[in-house]
Parts: sequence; structure tokens; C-alpha cells
Amino acid sequence: MDKLHILIPIIILAPLVGSIMAGVFRHQLGARGAHAVTITGISLSFITSMVVAKSFVFGNAEAVDIVFYQWVASGAFNFHVGVLVDHLSSMMLMFVTFVSLMVHIYSMGYMQKDPGYQRFFSYVSLFTFAMLVLVLSDNLMLLFFGWEGVGLVSYLLIGFWFNRPSAVAGSLKAFLVNRVGDVGFLLGIAMILMYFGTLNYESIFPNVTAVQNLTIEVIPGFHWNVATLMCLLLLIGAMGKSAQVPLHVWLPESMEGPTPISALIHAATMVTAGIYLISRMSPLFELSATALSVVLVVGATTCLFMGILGVFQYDIKRVIAYSTLSQLGYMIAACGASAFSAGMFHLFTHACFKALLFLAAGSVIIGMHHEQDMRKMGGLRKYMPITYVTFLIGALSLAAIPPFSGFYSKDSIIQLVGESTIAGSNYAYFCVVAGAFVTALYTFRAFFLTFHTRERMDEDTRRHLKESPWSVTIPLIILAVPSAILGYFMMKPMLINDPTVLGASIVVSKHLDVIAQWREHFEGLIPMIVESFHSLPCWLALGGIFVAWIMCAKNPEWSESLKKRFSFAHMIMLKKYGFDDFNDLVLVRGTLGLARILFQQGDTRIIDGWVVNGIGRLINWFSFVTRKLQTGYLYHYAFSMVIGLLVFLGWLTVGL
Amino acid sequence: MFENWPLLSIQIWMPMIGAILVLFTGGDENKHIARGIAVGTAVLAIIFCIPLYMNFDVTTYAMQFTENVSWVSAYNVNYALGVDGISVSLILLTTFTTLIVILAACTAIKDRVAQYMALFLIMHGMLVGVFAATDAVLFYVFWEATLIPMYLSIGMWGGSNRSYASIKFFLYTFFGSVLMLVAMLYLGMHVGSFAIEDLYFNDLGLNIQILIFIAFFFAFAVKVPMWPVHTWLPDAHTEAPAGGSVVLAALMLKMGIYGFLRFSMPITPLASQYLDYVMIVLSLIAIIYIGLVALAQTDMKRLIAYSSISHMGIATLGCFMVYVIIGNTGNYEDAFMSIEGATVQMVAHAFGSGAMFLGIGFMYDRMHTRLIGDFGGIASKMPAFAAFFMLFAMTNVGLPGTSGFVGEFMVILSAFQGSPWIALLAATTLILGAAYTLWMYARVFFGKVTSDKVKRTNDIQGVEWLTYSLLAAGVLILGLYPECMLRLLHSTVRHLLTQSLQFSLPM
Repeated sequence: MDKLHILIPIIILAPLVGSIMAGVFRHQLGARGAHAVTITGISLSFITSMVVAKSFVFGNAEAVDIVFYQWVASGAFNFHVGVLVDHLSSMMLMFVTFVSLMVHIYSMGYMQKDPGYQRFFSYVSLFTFAMLVLVLSDNLMLLFFGWEGVGLVSYLLIGFWFNRPSAVAGSLKAFLVNRVGDVGFLLGIAMILMYFGTLNYESIFPNVTAVQNLTIEVIPGFHWNVATLMCLLLLIGAMGKSAQVPLHVWLPESMEGPTPISALIHAATMVTAGIYLISRMSPLFELSATALSVVLVVGATTCLFMGILGVFQYDIKRVIAYSTLSQLGYMIAACGASAFSAGMFHLFTHACFKALLFLAAGSVIIGMHHEQDMRKMGGLRKYMPITYVTFLIGALSLAAIPPFSGFYSKDSIIQLVGESTIAGSNYAYFCVVAGAFVTALYTFRAFFLTFHTRERMDEDTRRHLKESPWSVTIPLIILAVPSAILGYFMMKPMLINDPTVLGASIVVSKHLDVIAQWREHFEGLIPMIVESFHSLPCWLALGGIFVAWIMCAKNPEWSESLKKRFSFAHMIMLKKYGFDDFNDLVLVRGTLGLARILFQQGDTRIIDGWVVNGIGRLINWFSFVTRKLQTGYLYHYAFSMVIGLLVFLGWLTVGL
Repeated sequence: MFENWPLLSIQIWMPMIGAILVLFTGGDENKHIARGIAVGTAVLAIIFCIPLYMNFDVTTYAMQFTENVSWVSAYNVNYALGVDGISVSLILLTTFTTLIVILAACTAIKDRVAQYMALFLIMHGMLVGVFAATDAVLFYVFWEATLIPMYLSIGMWGGSNRSYASIKFFLYTFFGSVLMLVAMLYLGMHVGSFAIEDLYFNDLGLNIQILIFIAFFFAFAVKVPMWPVHTWLPDAHTEAPAGGSVVLAALMLKMGIYGFLRFSMPITPLASQYLDYVMIVLSLIAIIYIGLVALAQTDMKRLIAYSSISHMGIATLGCFMVYVIIGNTGNYEDAFMSIEGATVQMVAHAFGSGAMFLGIGFMYDRMHTRLIGDFGGIASKMPAFAAFFMLFAMTNVGLPGTSGFVGEFMVILSAFQGSPWIALLAATTLILGAAYTLWMYARVFFGKVTSDKVKRTNDIQGVEWLTYSLLAAGVLILGLYPECMLRLLHSTVRHLLTQSLQFSLPM
């Protein structure tokens, strides 16, 4: 596999080179040059990724570990820069480069005439570079590099329109909330280093059982299982990046960024890094049923409760953002149920249909002259037919209507969570089943409010409504294809075949292997559809669509009267359970208040006011009394010190 | 060809000669010549660094490039120079920083140019002397000598409150170093030699060691600075000219940590181990308390000054965690990364904070203010500057790939080996550092342009570009390939650890 030594650097570096060129030579290249270099870079990366992935997806190649150079070699610890090409990373490669390419092409239309056009393409390519490092790394240090790299670009892109205060606030919030997760992640990395002496996957995974029965006494008197604590720390990191409750607050605000990056970063790739991390660390998570239970409960909670919030949003992008939170919850829950492959499966299908939905929403936003409020839309289907059809495909897939892609992945997750028997699995099953209804409800509420119902935009906007240019619609059409059929084709390789296409990348211990149990009574792809019509989740989804239709399209006044009747519950929903208020009032203002108190009382009053200036006054007074020295402050002090020095010296020599 | 050259003496005295030549150019009518000579000297110093780096033998802990001339034979005081891995890293850093400061001064300083340039060339010599001295008295002389150029630079080019700041600076640091002198004299008399290496082999008991440790502590802690003797730094920074701030942050603070590594830990190993928890607590206070105080600042220079104190907390933590780590794991290989991380943190911080102080200088030259509230929307007017500054902000935040990450990562990961709680408290710097740095960045660079001063400003150019590119290269090289510096340290740190752990307390 010598050719990988050449192909992998091409995959990683091509977007970086494109990014640097578009960024540094932005004046020389101009807008066309900038998108030309970045799209060339990402295309090169995409094609090379396909070549690499071929032998893993369609063949059964052995994992390859390539070390490029030694980063730090310090005492007992070594960190290197190297890549691990295996089934999991090569699958991720394909999806990342594919969605990134689509988003690049789409952005040519969406960002047209934006003064920051070159900067935008430079950022998006830089993001792709960081994401590729994240998925390809063969150790946790380099993974953390990619992890923080994508976080940085996400921060830069959320704040892309830095003249807008809301965008700046959103970017800051995203970075800081992610940093909270990173503290947990970094401590998790530290703990792994402590117990395994290395951060390289290939040295950790064969030895995971070594920590199985070890305990650590973090709080005296409490013996915690080492594997559990490690996994929980890593989970905190994953919760930050994959926006799980309570670290989810940044994702809705990230919608302040341009829509293409919402599709790429905040739906398809970066936010799934947490799922990737947990799947990658599956050998470790499998050691601790406690940790898996926590993962399951966190995922299931996010899945249901964030989905519910999506029903109450009027900004089309925020609806999709809450939907993303909810779908990430599904993936995390799948990991918690030890169905890592199902989580990854949903990650892939979700990447396609959610990118599609965001890009279609972006197309709507262009048509509406950057209006995102659905109360000012309606009836767009006759103006934007391509956007309409593609959005519908994405929505059906998201709502898990058979036989669309989302059906296969999401229905599998629901069934697998149902198979799970670990603590919390009943609660989780309830959440993911109820989530099916909520998903369909908010998706089709957005769909009806946007494309059907009465036209509510002003006359001027209506006159200019037209379908978006080809660079926007072509990616929509391309993405609509996998959104519709990918699930059908990936179902067997991802879940049913043994070994699956993820091969040895995922490790599940026997007694937790829900997929193996479920596989036994799996009858086929078509029977799965038939069977679904006898099952609750499918009817809940269809019910959700029906309710959305009744409430939004047929009888909008019903929803108004419901809001009035349950005004308290409605207020809680509008306040988003109060997370934002709590964070602002307690965490942000509390920290700033504490900071001011420490500065004004601690530094200014006590240390400077009493001690430093106090000593000054004291010496002043002393010298005033002795009246030995008359001039300059400085000499007073210096003289006193020399006296002190002599006293001290004398004391030392005499006393010892 | 450089084998027999006294490279260290050249690094000390050659800039002095340059400084004298610069002063001979007289008043500001010849400032072009003054600039030329100063830049030439700084570049020459860089050139003389090449053999220092290339010929440095990384396999030995022994002092290299040694020079030894008897100075005061009656007391066995020698003009003795030499470098090990830690000091050679800091000397390379000094040379680099001097070049940056001199280059930046070419456009920023318009009056008394010759004096300014001369001051920083002298400063360079004194600092190299501090890091290269292997004789305690010589070290002390250089140590005190560095105060004079800094005191003058604040006093002559400083802001409105400069006399308060310069006196506060002088007193604080003078107070500390007086105690250090006492300790050194006592040690020298006790051992019969002032060679630092000889001081390591003393047979002092714990109680005496504690006294000596405390005396050293005041000298070094004031310089670092550690809480609660830190309040001189924000005042000194706000009043100092940009170049003074850069040298202060990039180099002078490191003298304190260098002191801990060179004197406190190996000379008083028992006391260092006995009092390590004090140092750890003070380091954590620096990280958290000072990080919070930084959030409350309204002046950019004060903010970065507090951020420096917080970052130095990581470095002191790395130094004094070794005892806890070894106590916990029983393997002293595990402690390597802690000290090496602390050393990297010193150098990394120099690039990040030095660049930010320089940038604040760029903005001050254009808009004559440093208050965060006076800015907003700089990114629209100075896009290249904003991009560079983002990189430096990110190294301050500790983003992987930049130099700021390496030290933090190594120290926090090591600290976990000793205690998860200490690691957790240290890791709060991830959040606090991001909060104060990026909040400042957002208020200064983002948003709409409202102030007239910002409207009229222009992007960085010429020399400013050059200095920023050099610093950016430093940040990225050290961040992406830290081993280029770490390789210098391995043998030295091994030796340092054996020295600092030669006795072990009954646990």
C-alpha cells in the first residue's frame, strides 16, 4: 500500500493549499480565481478519497497506519503526526469531501457579490482540511488538532459577517461552549495517556482490557471505574462538538453564519465529530456499561427535547438547526446502545439529507432576499419548483418515511435502542419513538409554511421571486439522489452484513451487541418497509405530517388557540427551557461580576491599595520620623531594603 | 569555523558595541544611520545564533560553549559563561525578540531614536548574560543590570503615569533580588564557590533550604510574576513603549522561571519538594484568579499583561508539579513532559504575547488609544492586521497548531498524572483564555466602524508586515514541530530532574 503515502498527503493538503492561495492571494486571484483554486483542491481531494476508499468500502483492505513525523518526544511520552486509514476513516473521507465539494459549488451562487467572497472560500477549504485531519488522525493528539481546527473555522464562519453584533455574539458563544467540552476532552486524553502511556489508537485498543477493573479515587472514599471516567470525560468533549444537552446552546446561534456553512459544518460534518469520536473509541466505551448508559440518556434526551423546540421556531434555519440537534441525539443514542454502526449509518444519510435541507433553505433565502422568517413566506412551490421538490425529498427522508434514506437509518436506530437492555434504555426508547413524531411535525410544519399556504411576503419580494441559479440547484439535485436512495443501498453493508463495511474499526463486546441480536430476525430491505407499516414509529411520523398539515395549512387558527390554552408550556418552549437565560444570568454575568470583584477588591484595593502602597506609606512615615533621608521616593525604599538586607544577612550568619 | 569563538561573550558584548556606535550617531538628525546600525547589529546577533544552534550537542547535559575568566579571585568569583538546553533556548529567543523589537522601532519610534535602539541592544546583552552566566555573582550582576534599560525605557518613552509605574517596577523587582543576593552570598560562603554547579552540591538541611528557597522565591516570583506579587506588571506594561512591553513579556518574565529551574529546584531540592504545594496553589491562583481579572480589563495592554501572568502560571505549575507526579506514579520519566512543557510555554508565550503587544503598539500609533471601548470594526479597515492578530490571539487561546498549545497541552497532561483536580483547575485556562482573548478580539476587530479614528486608519505595511510575518512563522513552526526546540532540552531536563530529586523526603 505504498501509494497511500502519496495519496493521503494529497487528500489532506489539497484543500489547505487551496485555502492558503485563496486567502493570501485574494486580490490577485479575484473571485473567480478564488473559487477555481479551492474547488480544484477539494475536487482533487474528493477523487483521491474515492480511490482510497474503494479498497476499503468494496474490498476488505487491512488498516494502514502511516507516521509522518515525531511531534513531541518527551520522557516517557511520544506524540507523532500520523494517519490511520481504515474502514471508518475512509468512509468519513468520502462523505466529508463529497459534501464539501457540493457546498463549494453551491457557494459560488450563494455568496455571489459578497465582499468577503475569497475569504469565504478560503475558510471553507481550511475547514475541510481540519476535518480531514480529524477523521484521518491515528492518535488523539492529532484528532484534537483537527477538533480544534474545525472549531476555529466554525467560529470564523459563524462570525463571517462580523459587522453584525448577533453574528459576533454567536461565534463567541460557539467557541466558548465548545471550549467547555474541550476541557473534558483534554482531561480524557490526559487520563488515557496516564493509563496507556500513549495516545495512538493502535497501541491503546489492543490493551483496553488492562483498565477494565482498575479504579481511581478522584474524590477520597469514592472508587470510580477508570474506563467509565475516561469515557465520560471523552463524552463531555463529544457533547460540546456534537451539541448535546446541556452544551447544545451554541448550535442554534451558529445559524448566524452563511447558509452553506450551516449545511457543511453545522449539519453534515463538524457536529458529527462527537459521534465519530465515540465510534472511534468504541473499544473503550464497550468496557463500561455505565458510560454507555450516560451516552444513551444524553442522546435520547437531546433527541426528543431539542426536537420539540424545533416546532416553535419561525426562522427556517433555526428549525433545521434544532432538527440537527435532535438527529445528533439519535446518533449519540445509537452509540449508547452499542449500535455504533447504526449511529454512523445515520451520520452518513443525515449528512446528505440535512445538507440538502440546509442548501434548499438557503435557496429559499436567496429567493426571499435574505428573509428567513417563515411567517413572511408561503406558496413558494410555484416560484421555485426545483427547490420545492428537493426540499420535499429531504423532508421525507428526515421524517423517516419509507423508503427514503432517513427511514432506514433512523428506524434501525429506534429498533436497536429498543433491543438494548442497559440502564436507561426504556427511557431512551420512549424518547426516540416520540422523537419520530416530533421530527415529522417540525419538518413538515416548515415545509408547509414555506412552500404551501398563503403567500405572505410583500409585493416587492414576490415580484422578484424566481428559482435560484444553476450553481445552487445542481448541488440540490445531486444531494437529493443519496437523500432518497442511499439508505437502501447502505443498509446491508452498514448493518446486516457480517463483517460490516466498517469492519474492525468498530468493536462491540458480545453481551452488548444489539446489532447481532437484531440481525438474526432481519428479513430484508423490502420486508423492513412492509413491517414498518405495522409499527408505531412509522405511524407516528405519518401522524406528525398530518398534524403539521392540519395545524399549519388547513386550520392555522387551531394552533393559535392551542398556544393560548397552553400558554405556560408555550412560553417554556419559546424560552427554550431557560438554558440561555440561565447561561446569561448565572454563568456569563456571574463570571463577569466575579471578575470585576476580584479586580477591584483583590488587585486594586487589597494588594495595591493596602499592601503595596501601604508599605510605601509605612516607609514614608518611617523615614519621616527618622528624618534621615530627604530626597526621592526610590532611595527611601532602596535604603530600607539595604538595611533589611544587612539585618537578614547578619541574622543568617550569626544564627547558623 | 566557529568552534573556538567565544560565542556567548559575542552575544553579550557585540550588541553593547553596537549600542555605543548607535549612541555616537547623536541626535535625531542621524536617525537613519542609528536605525541601520541597530538593525545590522540585531541581524548579526541572529547570524551568531546559527552556530549556537547547529553546534549545540543535544546528547549532553554539560554546559557548552563555556568561557571562564577569573574575576574577583579573592572570593572565587569568575566571569563564567555556558549554556545548557534551557538557557540556549532562551538565548535564541532573546536574539529573535531583539530583532523584532529593533525592526518595529524603525517605524514606531520617531524621537530619541538612537537612545531607544541603544537601550534595547544593551538589554539584549544583559539578558543573554543572565541566561548564560554560570557564576552566581555574575548572574546577579546581569540580573540587576537588566532593570536599568527597562527602567529607562519606561521612564523616557512611557505614558502619562510612567513615574509611578517605573518606580513600582523597580522597587518590586529590587526588593526581590536583594533577598536573592543574601541567599547567594550565604550559599557561596557555605560552599566556598560561586559557580552555580557547585552550589548544587551543598549539604544543607531542610530548614536552611526553606529559608533559601523563600529568599529565591521573592526574587523569582516577582519576576514571573506570581500572585500576589504581580501588580507591578500591568502598570509597567501600560506605561512602557511597545518595544518595552515586548521585551518585558517575551523575555523578562522568563528570567523568573529560569531562576526557579536554575537555582531553586536544584539548589534547594528538599525545600522545593516540601513547599511544592505552595507553588502549585499560587500557580493555580495565577491561572484562574488572574484569568478572571483579565476579563474585567478595559485597556488592551492590561488585558494582555494579565493574560501573561496567567500563562506563566502554567509554566510555574509545570515546574513544580514534578514532585507530585513522581510521588504519584513513581516513575520519573513521567515528569519530563511537565518541565519541558513549562519551558516550551515560556518560548511560546513570547511569540504570542510579544506579537499582541506589538500589535497594540501598531494600533496605538494610528489611533492613540488602547481602550477596548474606543475600537470596533478594525477588521474592515485593517484586514491583514486582523488576520495576523487572529493567529496570535489563537496562540494565546492555545489552539493546536500554534505554539501556545504545546506548552499547555504538555503541562496539563502531565499534571493529570499527579492529580486530576490540579489538571482540571489548570484546564480552566482553556475557557478563561478563550473568553478574555476572543472577547477582546470581538470588541476591537469586529462590529461596525463607529469611531472616526478607526475610519481613517490604514492597514499594516512594510516593516510591520515583516515583523508580524517573522512572529507568525515562529508561532507556526513551534506549534507544528515543537521537537525542533524540545530536542535541545531532553538531556538538560534529565539532569535537572536528577539534581532536583537527589534527596527524597519520606512520603
